[in-house]
Amino acid sequence: MMSDIFQEKKVIAPIISLKNIARLYKMGNQAFYALNNFNLDIQYNDFVAITGQSGSGKSTLMNILGCLDYPTSGEYKLKERDVAKLDETTLAGIRNLEIGFIFQSFNLLPRSSALQNVMQPLIYRGMPIKERRIKAELALTRVGLKDRIDHLPNQLSGGQRQRVAIARALVTEPAILLADEPTGNLDSATTMEIMALFDELHQDGQTLIIVTHEQEIADRCQRVIRLTDGCLVADSLNPQIEQHYKEQQLIKESANV
Amino acid sequence: MSSVFFKVVESTRSAAHSVRAHGFRSFLTTLGIIIGVASVIAVVSVVQGLSSSITSQFDDMGTNVVSINAFTPLKERLQGKVAKLTYRDFLEIQYKVPGISHITPTVAATGPNGVVQYKGESTATRVVGTGSSYQSLYGVFPETGRFFNINDDKSRRRVAVLGDSIIDKLEIKGAVVGQYIMIGGEWFKVIGVLEKRGKLFGFDQDDFILLPYTTTRALLGGAEEPDISISLQVDNANQLDSIKQHIQNLLRRNHNLSKEAADDFKISTAEQMLETVNSITSSTTMVLSGVVGISLLVGGIGIMNIMLVSVTERTREIGIQKALGATRVDILLQFLIEAVFLCLLGGLIGLAIGYGIGALVSNLIDLPSAEVPMWAVMLSFGFSAGVGLLFGIIPAAKAANLDPIDALRYE
Ligand SMILES: Nc1ncnc2c1ncn2[C@@H]1O[C@H](COP(=O)(O)OP(=O)(O)OP(=O)(O)O)[C@@H](O)[C@H]1O
Ligand SMILES: [Mg+2]
Repeated sequence: MMSDIFQEKKVIAPIISLKNIARLYKMGNQAFYALNNFNLDIQYNDFVAITGQSGSGKSTLMNILGCLDYPTSGEYKLKERDVAKLDETTLAGIRNLEIGFIFQSFNLLPRSSALQNVMQPLIYRGMPIKERRIKAELALTRVGLKDRIDHLPNQLSGGQRQRVAIARALVTEPAILLADEPTGNLDSATTMEIMALFDELHQDGQTLIIVTHEQEIADRCQRVIRLTDGCLVADSLNPQIEQHYKEQQLIKESANV
Repeated sequence: MSSVFFKVVESTRSAAHSVRAHGFRSFLTTLGIIIGVASVIAVVSVVQGLSSSITSQFDDMGTNVVSINAFTPLKERLQGKVAKLTYRDFLEIQYKVPGISHITPTVAATGPNGVVQYKGESTATRVVGTGSSYQSLYGVFPETGRFFNINDDKSRRRVAVLGDSIIDKLEIKGAVVGQYIMIGGEWFKVIGVLEKRGKLFGFDQDDFILLPYTTTRALLGGAEEPDISISLQVDNANQLDSIKQHIQNLLRRNHNLSKEAADDFKISTAEQMLETVNSITSSTTMVLSGVVGISLLVGGIGIMNIMLVSVTERTREIGIQKALGATRVDILLQFLIEAVFLCLLGGLIGLAIGYGIGALVSNLIDLPSAEVPMWAVMLSFGFSAGVGLLFGIIPAAKAANLDPIDALRYE
């Protein structure tokens, strides 16, 4: 039985496939690779933690995965569709239909209520207001905020705000949920609540990618990858990568000595 | 098509939300438009009231009416000459020009003859001597009593027809017709009171007394022949020009004018006067519209300025919306419609204020009730929306072209 499912998973193409992705930042006459020679496959219903030091390129990677940014070169396939070369408007459509983004700083619309915030992405797919309201209420109920739907963001606690943001990401039923340090601004109790919610979503078949600094959170994920200076240096699914990286480091060090 | 409609509806919803969220600022933003539209509506309503009341005056007169007045060209006036129309001119026209009816001379009684007395009350008014044709020429008819007839004129009867205001001015009580008033030291019997015509620009149109021409002429004495004006009606409007020509030739001959000399009289028709009035009101409207147009333009620049600030202020929100899947068109439409929405709101408030001001002004200068024509309302709204579109497009384009990541990172 187990092996059957395993077999089947191997046949299905990955939901995300990055090949040789590079992201070059140019500042004046300086050029700098925030991502370089980056390869990564993510399967359906994966629960991935992205770790790495500050400035290692985690957010840069998330922005590209979330179709907010273009890679300078390389190939990005989302559900087998090459999205690296699509125009802005098509990309906006993909953001709306396939991607749920959760930010460290919540990024709620400040003058809109919790409900309006959650309804917002549905506007861009042309859903009538009645339907939007029903969907948004369901999503808010799911994250446990049924009794806060008319509150403005500044009338909510940090944990509640992040729940609204999660509801807003979920309401579109996205193919992937991207969270860039979702608990970075929250205390540890709230962090655990949010993680429990992510666990639940994962159980329900959601594909999740989370950037985190905290080992605790990384440990709760199915798969952990690590970035250093824009390169993938470790992947819990593929120990050779780390092995290879360590060897390279040794060679470099000995060369320096 | 339906998706565009959906977007417009949603953008309008969001515009209303945003305008409400920034209530006072929104009001200040649209103040320029409010003032602009209010002034258009106020000005148009007053000018329209003016011209419609003037037009109705001329309507009473009828378009076939020709009036002839003495006119001294400037050159002559500098030489101390004063042109005159005489009773002889009147008679010649009456007998020699075919195709006219209802011709009457009119002479104003001046000096002591302009003072009327009644039972100790005394008042100054316009005392005018004229013929019985006056009523059909000027469309004024007696409300009570009768107008004087040819016999009254022929026999120089001392009868008077009063404008309505004279009753109050002289405090005449009871039945007016049949009472006696004193003009220039002579007693006159009141035989009729005219229909009330009301006030125009604060000028009382019922403050006058009509006497038969011959009676007035006698009252004025024979020392010097008075200057009269002549009014007449042409039977057939098609002959108007030829009759005018005929009268001109006749008067020039009568006045011994040489070939080079300019006319020392003016022949004008009601239509001509109406045209003059209309051209004055329309040019006034145009000049004022220009001024108002400029003020709307300034208002538009104010809106653009605030919208630009607002886009900068909401950069992060725009980033969030883009991250949620808003396209460039979505954002462009949102800000454009917000600008148009603001302008239309300003237009609506301006319309109400302008209407109020117009009504107030009309009331103060005794104009008939202010009518704001539909075209002025449409124009104001059209212009407001146009200003919103014109000055909203730059801020909206700025918002739409923001890079999602840069916008999200904006502090
Ligand atoms: N717009 C930009 N222009 C130039 N350099 C940039 C830009 N954005 C990011 N970088 C650089 O790219 C590198 C990776 O940045 P990124 O934000 O991806 O790091 P991170 O791993 O998310 O760090 P943190 O954990 O602190 O959030 C950094 O060195 C950063 O300075
Ligand atoms: Mg980051």
